[in-house]
Amino acid sequence: MENKYALFLGCTIPLRGRQYEKSAVEVARLFGAELEPQQDFACCGFPIKSATREGTLLLAARNLAVAEEAGLEVLALCSSCASVLAETAEELAEDDDLRKKVNEKLAKVNRKVERPPRVRHFARWLYEEIGPEAIKEKVVAPLADFRFAVHYGCHYLKPSWAFHDAEDPEAPHSIGELLRATGAEVVEYAEYKKCCGGALLGIDADISLAMAGEKLSRVKAAGSDAVVLVCPFCAVMYDDNQKKIAAHIEQELDLPVLFLPQVLGLALGLSAKDMQLKLAKNKCEKLIAAFAEP
Amino acid sequence: MTISKTDPNFKHEVAAEPGGEAIKYCFACGTCTAACPVRAIDERYNPRKIIRMILLGLRDRVLESDFIWLCSTCYSCEERCPQDVSFAEIITAVKNIAAREGKLHPAYVTQLELLKQFGRLYELEEFDNKKRAKMGLAELKTTCDEVGKLLEES
Repeated sequence: MENKYALFLGCTIPLRGRQYEKSAVEVARLFGAELEPQQDFACCGFPIKSATREGTLLLAARNLAVAEEAGLEVLALCSSCASVLAETAEELAEDDDLRKKVNEKLAKVNRKVERPPRVRHFARWLYEEIGPEAIKEKVVAPLADFRFAVHYGCHYLKPSWAFHDAEDPEAPHSIGELLRATGAEVVEYAEYKKCCGGALLGIDADISLAMAGEKLSRVKAAGSDAVVLVCPFCAVMYDDNQKKIAAHIEQELDLPVLFLPQVLGLALGLSAKDMQLKLAKNKCEKLIAAFAEP
Repeated sequence: MTISKTDPNFKHEVAAEPGGEAIKYCFACGTCTAACPVRAIDERYNPRKIIRMILLGLRDRVLESDFIWLCSTCYSCEERCPQDVSFAEIITAVKNIAAREGKLHPAYVTQLELLKQFGRLYELEEFDNKKRAKMGLAELKTTCDEVGKLLEES
């Protein structure tokens, strides 16, 4: 297939975000694109940037080398993977000395980066290559009865230089537009651009849970059927840790958490089974009921 | 605090780290602090103050503090800085220096060990591959020794 991409899964998705992976692969297939996980992809390097920036650079470069060898552009499902791979691709393309130094080390594992491949977030690719209009035309099950709150998260947009300023992080709109293409309403809420706090979960849980709590209570107040996101780590925070968050802020949340391609897929006629709605801890029962097999 | 306890070279040390170069352009406007979602919750974390501490040479107090580990890496400070200082990169540089001096936060020690062992932050077992196969997802390798080798190099 000509329209093939190297699918970058990272650490979290293969175990804790399989509904995201499955729905993304199926939605891409509807538009004639094949997303193929590469066997030699490993950690993107982002998680250890605080410990060793050089380690991060080498791990990111290694993954870029794998994709370059396969001759494929990279689509990442995790926002942090997308940002660090895009940053590294940019740095290695622009800085010959850096590339030389990195390649000396990569040689020890028989890898080499010459022309780093293009790296995009899967949702960015959807927005740029498919677009809300084409999605709207293909919708077979409009979601007019649904109201969703978008959580953009940080690394889908920032650092903006790494993404060639594809979208202003002060006024993000792409995911909202993609969701509106299904006929759903996108609800606005205060502080919608703020961080999920996930990166601090292992460092200072109180701060992390307070950050998540502040946002989720605002989503709750806005009255949405689910929070929709594009990063598995934001999902670990909002879905897997929602009980802890609710306890921390002493407020009931019960907020369903969905990944963008799950919602798009349902509207586009893909099966509820393939969209794996039941894999979330906080399931969207309203969607499950609306798409139940007769 | 006496002047003898300061290290006037600290700012140059931070500036010599990749990403730390722009620290000297800071004019202390505090936009980073106003933009910071962590600071909004916990006053221990104050980007403007940390930059001042670095510029003043309070090396030990910065490197031994708990607060340097509190960045959530949201990059709001970097996006809004009028001087292109990028506090997110500066605090990363500071943490890298602390790590080299044996002061790495234990959470990252654990993560490095996991990466060396599995190539990922979580162990992917054959059981997970079975679940993946059931969903029609590709089987994945459960380890990647290249990651450990590269981390030995850094």
